Amino acid sequence: MLRAVLPIVTVLGFALLAYPGEAASITTLKSLKLDVPTSDTMFPAGPESDAINNNCLACHSADHVLNQPSLSREAWQEVVNKMITAYKAPVSPDDAKAIVDYLVRTKGTS
Amino acid sequence: MRDHDVQPSMLTRRGVLGGMGIASLALLSAPASAQETVDLDVPGGPSMRMVTTSYPQKGRMILQRSSPPWLETPFEVFDQGVFTPNNQHYVSWHWANFPADIDVDSFRLNVRGQVNQILSLSLKDVLHGLPRVDIAAVNQCAGNSRIYAVPRVAGAQWADGSMSNAIWTGVRLKDVLDRAGVKAGAVQVRFGGLDDPAMEGAPKFLKSLTIDHARDREVMIAFAMNGEQLPLLNGFPLRLVVPGWCGVYWVKMLNDIEVLDHPDTNYWTATGYRVPDTPYNTVKPGETGFKMVPVTRNAPRSFITNIGNGDSVPAATPALARGIAFGGDCGVARVDLSIDGGKSWQPAQLGADHGTYGFRQWQTQFTLPAGGAHTLMVRCTNTKNVAQPGFRIWNPAGYMFNTIETTHVVAAKG
Ligand code: HEC
Repeated sequence: MLRAVLPIVTVLGFALLAYPGEAASITTLKSLKLDVPTSDTMFPAGPESDAINNNCLACHSADHVLNQPSLSREAWQEVVNKMITAYKAPVSPDDAKAIVDYLVRTKGTS
Repeated sequence: MRDHDVQPSMLTRRGVLGGMGIASLALLSAPASAQETVDLDVPGGPSMRMVTTSYPQKGRMILQRSSPPWLETPFEVFDQGVFTPNNQHYVSWHWANFPADIDVDSFRLNVRGQVNQILSLSLKDVLHGLPRVDIAAVNQCAGNSRIYAVPRVAGAQWADGSMSNAIWTGVRLKDVLDRAGVKAGAVQVRFGGLDDPAMEGAPKFLKSLTIDHARDREVMIAFAMNGEQLPLLNGFPLRLVVPGWCGVYWVKMLNDIEVLDHPDTNYWTATGYRVPDTPYNTVKPGETGFKMVPVTRNAPRSFITNIGNGDSVPAATPALARGIAFGGDCGVARVDLSIDGGKSWQPAQLGADHGTYGFRQWQTQFTLPAGGAHTLMVRCTNTKNVAQPGFRIWNPAGYMFNTIETTHVVAAKG
């Protein structure tokens, strides 16, 4: 990001705040009926992608996992264990191993 | 439970949460060229994120996770004033199973447990039956800035935008508890919202405060932010506001208050959201043998908002640095700027004080002596005389980062 900072003369003073409206004046609330987007994106195909697709999309979308940093095998193992113990994800031991392998292959540190 | 499309396609558009009582609408994938992205500029993992305008009542937001939504406030918003516009107030949910259709006439806030009188309050009761209060307060996720952890850690990969400031309007939690009449022997108060786990057996999102904290007259039940009803994704119709404490306590779509006669044992209170019990909650990567404690209070932070990394600043000419600061669990006492990488500091001028727990604007003039690379730093000291530390805070879950921010600039002969 390359931006030039203007010398002081042209930007003197605090940014003008849009002061919020008179807060205490609100008297009624209006019902809402909205659409909240979801995502049905799957994990990129490859060895063991079935295991991660079948076990890791029920509670959060794939971008949640795909946006994670590269992590060691131990760290990915810890993540999968936490999903099973803390959040009660029903993952079989075979699938857990396959998922860790998938994550190490696609998002490992080495 | 969800039924997944088995095709390994990136373009399926079926609303997979349909049938669970959630209004769903798959994000439409636009051609790559038309999709605005932002580079969060960190090594060790994907640093590009989509910028989305697809969420209801929300403007341009950084898409950290589609579902349950994690929407980050773009950093430039913080240069525009101390109150974050409602349509860019950050969004974070733990479970996707929350209603998108809320009828204000049938909604009830229940108060139960160790009370003399169980309450079932309508929104009219809340808006018209209790004294109103306003407070400016920063809502900051405990994991704000996690993406900058070195080494990187798992979790929401927030840059600096999982914080937002608003004037909250509502009623005191104490007044609601007094109306119910808290029984002797009450120790904690537990809060729950309309969100439910996406799978059976998974822990419902609940958080608790001690009974004394709950009755401190500052903790409130908000029905408005910045003078308007809350956006759905920020917790419509009611949200707990815990001034000075991390956002995880600010339970959204609050509909259940339970007074407990024993410490809460649910996962989110008793196990999740833990930091090392060390000064600044920091440890060395790999270190073991420390005690873990819950995240609670915010810590002081400050940011330069009008100058970014890599910007060029005229040399030997006065320039303006401007930004925001907050004290955490108390007010801002001072903000100082360094233009020599932290060797010396100059005080900044503070803007209007809109409330102890809100953002405070600051600004100061500075002159870079010569051309070339320079390092700007900004440090907040709060009214409890706690200053941001100069060393890099790190802990295994990436919580409570408040290290002094550094901005690398280039001075150019004008
Ligand atoms: C039963 C629901 C559920 C399932 C199934 C599930 N997760 Fe999670 N996951 C969660 C929750 C809840 C969080 C906490 C973050 C939040 O609050 O949104 C989380 C967080 C994470 C994180 C961030 C690290 C952290 O500790 O917060 C990663 C990475 C992750 N999940 C990966 C996975 C993978 C891989 C799978 C498949 C084995 C999986 N999840 C399956 C519920 C689930």
